Amino acid sequence: MQLSAIPAVQPSAPVTSNDPVVQVRSICKTYGDIEALRNIDLEFSRGKLTTLLGPSGCGKTTLLKIIAGLVPANSGEIRVNGRAVTGPGPERAFVFQDFALMPWATVMRNVAFGLELRGVNAAERKRVATRYIEEVGLAGFEEKYPHELSGGMRQRVGIARAFAVNADVLLLDEPFSAVDEQNRRKFQEDLLRLVDLEKKTFIFVTHSIEEAVYVSDRIVLLSPRPGRISQVIDPKIDRSASPDDIRRDPGYLDTVEEIWDGLRHYVD
Amino acid sequence: MTSSVKLGNATGAHEAPVNVGQALSRMFDSKPFLWTIASLTLLFGAWEIAGLIPISIAFPTFSSTLVAFAQMVVDGSMVYAYFLTLQPLLLGVAVSAALGISLGIFMGLSRKAEWLIAPVFIVLQAAPMAALVPLVTFVYGIGLTAKTLAVIMLALPVIVLNSYKAVRHVNPSLVDMCRSFQGTRLQQIVKIIIPDASPVMFAGLRLGIAAGFIGVMLAELLITPTGVGDLITYHRSVANYAHMYAAVASIIVVSTVSLAGLQSFEARFLRPEKRKR
Repeated sequence: MQLSAIPAVQPSAPVTSNDPVVQVRSICKTYGDIEALRNIDLEFSRGKLTTLLGPSGCGKTTLLKIIAGLVPANSGEIRVNGRAVTGPGPERAFVFQDFALMPWATVMRNVAFGLELRGVNAAERKRVATRYIEEVGLAGFEEKYPHELSGGMRQRVGIARAFAVNADVLLLDEPFSAVDEQNRRKFQEDLLRLVDLEKKTFIFVTHSIEEAVYVSDRIVLLSPRPGRISQVIDPKIDRSASPDDIRRDPGYLDTVEEIWDGLRHYVD
Repeated sequence: MTSSVKLGNATGAHEAPVNVGQALSRMFDSKPFLWTIASLTLLFGAWEIAGLIPISIAFPTFSSTLVAFAQMVVDGSMVYAYFLTLQPLLLGVAVSAALGISLGIFMGLSRKAEWLIAPVFIVLQAAPMAALVPLVTFVYGIGLTAKTLAVIMLALPVIVLNSYKAVRHVNPSLVDMCRSFQGTRLQQIVKIIIPDASPVMFAGLRLGIAAGFIGVMLAELLITPTGVGDLITYHRSVANYAHMYAAVASIIVVSTVSLAGLQSFEARFLRPEKRKR
């Protein structure tokens, strides 16, 4: 492994790690005539935050939904904890771009919904949900309805709901894209705190280079039409520094520039 | 004047009422039901004046209609008429609601059911049902069955088609959410699809109930001279116009109150977040 911010480029060989929690094997996906993903091989290491980054049309959300079991692949295989999966499972939890909160349910019921579907009793649901509502910073809003919350607060509900089912892997589909810029920064900082606190594996989809570099242990760059892995980057950034220092860190800025150089020719 | 008011609002200072008009408007803003009362007062006032002119000898005043209504309640004719009218109406609406919502959900969930059932109801909704109501008499005579059928014929298509559209337009992201947390198909239908579809479904139910009222009145005016329809026909034939208007107005009131009741039922049991708005 290189120690500098210079990315490790492995365009075709499968990306391996010591303890893969999710393995993506030769995934192909077409929508009619459009080839969305071609032969994707990837491994996601346990306890790390990996970002799928790329311009629109590169299939990053499709790949995430295939991993989640929400969209079937045409060929290939997804393995979670070593076992092949075909649909959604309890070891994975999804955070939706548009929050996907039930407007008729309170924050409490929304956060506890995954447990409700599993038949967990009301007292236990409340205990678990209260803990995660507090963890994402929504204590006091338990009995509010989604329309009474701001966009940022709604996505906190979505994240608390995903935490509440205690999955090994959290799949986040552009979770901050519907949140305004100031809130997004706060959110990214909170996400890093939660990653540290929860010791889970995060797979994160975004189209923001800065966001990817700021939060990720590893960035998988996808190129569009058809979606393929073009680059894998391990940003070497000292996470113990303050958020402002990280954003001024030369390693951070170089990595952002590096990725932009890689993506530039896909834009237009 | 205007600018000073704006300044007052911007500073958040509490304004003193400048005149009676402003004081009144503030009172109305704080109690929205006053607007409803004002609206009804205007309507009934206009009715009273129109009756006093009179615009037609067959057009009674509001006050004489009210008196006629009281008389009919006291002599029991109104109560008995409603006893007869509400039976086919409640029966027909209950059957239409249960059957309509189930069929609608079924069609919304299955493409094959949609292809099989939807065309029938699209034709039925487009058909002028009033023309078909007399046909029911030929088959079922003039009893409760014929009146109930008339209600169902008018109420069912709109309830079915709205329920089906409601299910088709459920937020797909919520369905994905339910799947991602391993919800079963039944949980998906009960916990996501029905609550999310309920506003449109209830809009259909409201239209269906309104159509059911039309159906029962058509049946009573065209087929079986009983109930409220008979009350209207009878008082018209003997030129008791105040009584006739009282019967007409009463059915409008009953219809409006049932629809408002349905709306509050929906807010209370299915979409609790709407109560807070």
